[in-house]
Amino acid sequence: MEFIVIVLAGILFATAIYNLLQKQMLRIIIGTVLLSHGAHLMILTMGKLKRGKPPILEEGVANYTDPLPQALILTSIVISFGITSLLLVLAYRTAKTNNTDNMEQLRGETNE
Amino acid sequence: MYKPNDLILRTTTSLIAFILLGFAVYLLLAGHNSPGGGFVGGLVTSAAVILMYMAYGMETIAKIIPVNFRTVIPVGLLIAVGTGLGSFVFDVPFLSHTFGYFNVPIFGKIELATAMLFDIGVYLTVLGVTITIILNIANDQ
Amino acid sequence: MSNLAVLPIIIPLIAGILLAFTNTNVRLSRALTQILTVVNLGVVSFIAWKVFQDGTIVLETGDWIAPYGIVLVADSLAITLVLTTNIIATAAVFYAPHSLSIEKEKHYFYPFYFFLITGVSGAFLTGDLFNLFVFYEVLLMASYALIVLGGNKVQLRESIKYVLINLFSSVLFVTAIAFLYGVVGTVNMAQIAERVQEVEQFGILTTIAILLFFVFGTKAALFPLYYWMPKSYIVPNPVISALFGALLTKVGIYSILRVFSLIFVHKIDLTHETFIWIAGLTMIFGVIGALSTNNIKLIIAYNIIPAIGFIMMGIGTFNQAGLSGSVYYLVHDMIIKTALFLLVGVIAYVAGTSDLRKMGGLIHHYPVLGWLLFISAFVLAGIPPFSGFIGKLLLLKGALQGDHIFIVIIALLSSLLILYSVMKIFIRGFWGEENPLVEKRTTKGFIAPIVFLLLFSIFIGIGAEFIYPAIDSVAVYLLDPEIYIDSVLKE
Repeated sequence: MEFIVIVLAGILFATAIYNLLQKQMLRIIIGTVLLSHGAHLMILTMGKLKRGKPPILEEGVANYTDPLPQALILTSIVISFGITSLLLVLAYRTAKTNNTDNMEQLRGETNE
Repeated sequence: MYKPNDLILRTTTSLIAFILLGFAVYLLLAGHNSPGGGFVGGLVTSAAVILMYMAYGMETIAKIIPVNFRTVIPVGLLIAVGTGLGSFVFDVPFLSHTFGYFNVPIFGKIELATAMLFDIGVYLTVLGVTITIILNIANDQ
Repeated sequence: MSNLAVLPIIIPLIAGILLAFTNTNVRLSRALTQILTVVNLGVVSFIAWKVFQDGTIVLETGDWIAPYGIVLVADSLAITLVLTTNIIATAAVFYAPHSLSIEKEKHYFYPFYFFLITGVSGAFLTGDLFNLFVFYEVLLMASYALIVLGGNKVQLRESIKYVLINLFSSVLFVTAIAFLYGVVGTVNMAQIAERVQEVEQFGILTTIAILLFFVFGTKAALFPLYYWMPKSYIVPNPVISALFGALLTKVGIYSILRVFSLIFVHKIDLTHETFIWIAGLTMIFGVIGALSTNNIKLIIAYNIIPAIGFIMMGIGTFNQAGLSGSVYYLVHDMIIKTALFLLVGVIAYVAGTSDLRKMGGLIHHYPVLGWLLFISAFVLAGIPPFSGFIGKLLLLKGALQGDHIFIVIIALLSSLLILYSVMKIFIRGFWGEENPLVEKRTTKGFIAPIVFLLLFSIFIGIGAEFIYPAIDSVAVYLLDPEIYIDSVLKE
């Protein structure tokens, strides 16, 4: 099971990098979303996937799943949710004021 | 004049929005010991509000929910941080939490935890942030 | 009393939240911000005094015992940097009302400013690798909001690149933490340090170390990962640039210092040897960048890079002189970079342009500005008896003790070129013919914060006798990870 998930994380990373290297801004944002999904799957697999009951104290259960990766992922998901939404607003405003969503055209020398 | 043909959306929204709002409250309250929590609750609530915005339009909803969602964010943060500050009053390490069992009429014996207060703060923050961001884009036409 | 360690994080956080309510009332916001910043500075000074007196303060948040919960560790290194951060923040906050338009102040400048301080202080104080990532995100989130404040074309264009590169490195950070968790099974820095010594396979650990170095190197703007930094740092308002230039890259270099003195010390001949090479290249390329441009803001932004190189050199040599030089230079550079960014902001404001080719003769009307820039250039380049000199002396001593002659030569040469690059502003901007078209503007209110920072900087140069023992004790402390591990895990 871990093996399949880790391969999946790898595929997510690869598609993310492909999308990040595109010129269109929306594709780049999708790339970042996929990238963070890949990283979250990474964390999840690093704590072993399923080795017991949910990590909530109950009577008669001795084997619990590692709760730490789940806590880490939750934090990380919240953060990437915040950044993605911010990035969407930012990209929208940028595309609107600069009249383009092509990264090739979003450069210039003047900084005034 | 262009009139949108959105009868189905409006009819179902009036039903679904209430289910969503009720479920959000359940998620918020259940969060401490079972799946759920302030973050998910906030997201579900904002989904319901956004759905209503989509079905009935900006002006109508702004009249029905006269809340500036931008001020909801600092209110939520204040509640969340305030929960942490309680630890200074009781002289325990920062963010310590406690819980107890109380007898409440109708519901009987229930468990109340201070983590719940923190969750309400998270709930309000998430609600505020999500709706502010989505309306920010939607209003800009 | 252990709750003291959370105060430098919680005070700015509450201040930021309160100021989000008062954003429409600019005068109230200013007064509140100034009062709260000074209060925070006072509290942090008290904590710093306490730490140097009684030793490290450890706070186990939520009453979870050390390796399981999140710990905040206010040790001598962290609290020194938090104190420096607050000194800079105080200067910046008194400069801000003169530099920012009312529009920008109303648009939540003060809340985001406080969230930035929260994130930076948190990153310095945390004793947990994942929590470090969280505080990185807090400070980055605030910086994303600050960099687009005003929202003009160039700002939006540069900020999207800034956000993307930081987002990418943050995701890599999470991935590196995931790997590390898979190998050692913890994210508490003290416990990682303890377990790393027991792990047999050094290969995977070195890989993770390099991955983390890549992440921190991107944030710290090291060669070859600095390309995103100069242009995005000059687009916002000078006071925001000053905060970015002084704090953000320094958090990156602090993380390298912490991680590579506490955790990854198992293969010093590979990692730290590479650091010295990277430090040398960082210095060379940073200085070349600073010399290549005529934009005064860009000159100062490029000057951040060689400074990072100097600090890196001390980490690379990894002996007592080198490390104390690094810490000394870190403190010195945070203060002087803020002063220079603020100064250049005023110069660009009074000259009406930031292009050196269109400037000239400013000394006739603004003699104070001219001489302040002159002194700052000396402080930056490390002319004795200013603070840069002591830092560089220690760094060079460390390098010579480690027999790294070539890096000494590069460092001395780049110091000279740094002096030239800043003097260029003085020569081209302040000498020569005046531009008659530019109207005269008042510099009232701008000068005091800059003088405050420069005086402080001169104090840590001339008063080295008082400060050096403290910095030296930090270096001794850094060389022995056991002290940190013992104070956190209480064995």
